[in-house]
Amino acid sequence: MEIERPTDIAAALVALAETPDATVLAGGTDLMVEINFGHARPDRIVALRRVGELKELNGSIGSGVSWARLEQGPHRALAQAARTVGSPQIRAAGTIGGNLATASPAGDGLPFLAALDAEVEVRSATGSRLLRWDEFLTGPKQNALEPGELIHSVVLPEEIPVRQEFGKVGVRNAMVISAVMACVMRYDDGRTRVAVGSAGPTTLRARRAEEMMSAESSPSEAAMSEFQRIVSEEVKPITDHRSTESYRRHAAGVVARRLLERCLEAG
Amino acid sequence: MEVRFRLNGEDRSVDVGPAQSLLSLLRDGLGLPGSKNACEQGECGSCTVVMDRQAVCSCLVLAADADGADITSVEGLGSDDALHPVQQALIDGGGVQCGFCTPGFVVAAAHLFESNPTPDTDEIREALSGNICRCTGYGGILRSLEGLAGR
Repeated sequence: MEIERPTDIAAALVALAETPDATVLAGGTDLMVEINFGHARPDRIVALRRVGELKELNGSIGSGVSWARLEQGPHRALAQAARTVGSPQIRAAGTIGGNLATASPAGDGLPFLAALDAEVEVRSATGSRLLRWDEFLTGPKQNALEPGELIHSVVLPEEIPVRQEFGKVGVRNAMVISAVMACVMRYDDGRTRVAVGSAGPTTLRARRAEEMMSAESSPSEAAMSEFQRIVSEEVKPITDHRSTESYRRHAAGVVARRLLERCLEAG
Repeated sequence: MEVRFRLNGEDRSVDVGPAQSLLSLLRDGLGLPGSKNACEQGECGSCTVVMDRQAVCSCLVLAADADGADITSVEGLGSDDALHPVQQALIDGGGVQCGFCTPGFVVAAAHLFESNPTPDTDEIREALSGNICRCTGYGGILRSLEGLAGR
């Protein structure tokens, strides 16, 4: 095994250009499990821990920013999501870029990105591309990265609603991969966004529920129930070892409704 | 492959194997068996070390990627003659049962107390939420550390 340990982005991209089949190592919380269990034995690794540029957090979010930092803000729903990732040890190591690269349907940071229609900036030695979240996440554990590319950062839109909530349902509080999770946002003009995770092959948006609720300026009890029902109808969950299709469908509606209630309570 | 880092206050230069974790390097390469090997997937916290001022699972650190890091394992926290206050608190408070998870709890708790000498119960629980005790001795661990925090 060879390892490259670049200290800046240019060197990282050169290393990847020279060995496009190299495995990229960020926080290690996914890759090291694969290595420890003998499921992965990469010949070449490009380790990104020392690339400071990837840890920048200003308008955009560098791919190397850890959950421990995102837990501190500045985005409320992303901080709530970060808080539910693993344990303090995992949050100190794991990064939002790793969440995107792994592209698990249960990636905790992904519903926030989906709700905002965030873009992923990927770079290679020859250029850069901006991919919307749903162009980047192409399937369960599949993404649009080409050989030689790495995730540079997440670019958020200029308009970000203050009213944003994230919630996750699992069997316990710490160290749990969710049965279902959601992120709900409400803009001042009533536009509503709903993104659901662990309820389909990738994170998904409940667009019919969004459309219905965006037309409600002060939603009645009946409108809230209808919203919940549509979310449950729109998700595409499966039954696996963590939960069942029917429970996930039910829980997705309940969680989305509760998060919307919190958004509305926040004024 | 040669890797250099600072371990328990000493500069070390060691040869690491391909795909070797920091945990394996500590235990098998450097004769420091305090960090325990249990789940190898970051679930149990028994291999917790402090690396560059953050508590992490050493099983999830590629040893070759630890180059340049400053690492403290449980062996760096106290000695037989001078126990770390967290170690003494766990002894005094009955916070040890079979002992297997104890080193991980000691490192995670010491890391907490370093930044926050008087944590409340919720803060202690949160800081230890990545450490699992199969004896379910959490009550004793929590009470020991509440005592250390003066609560």
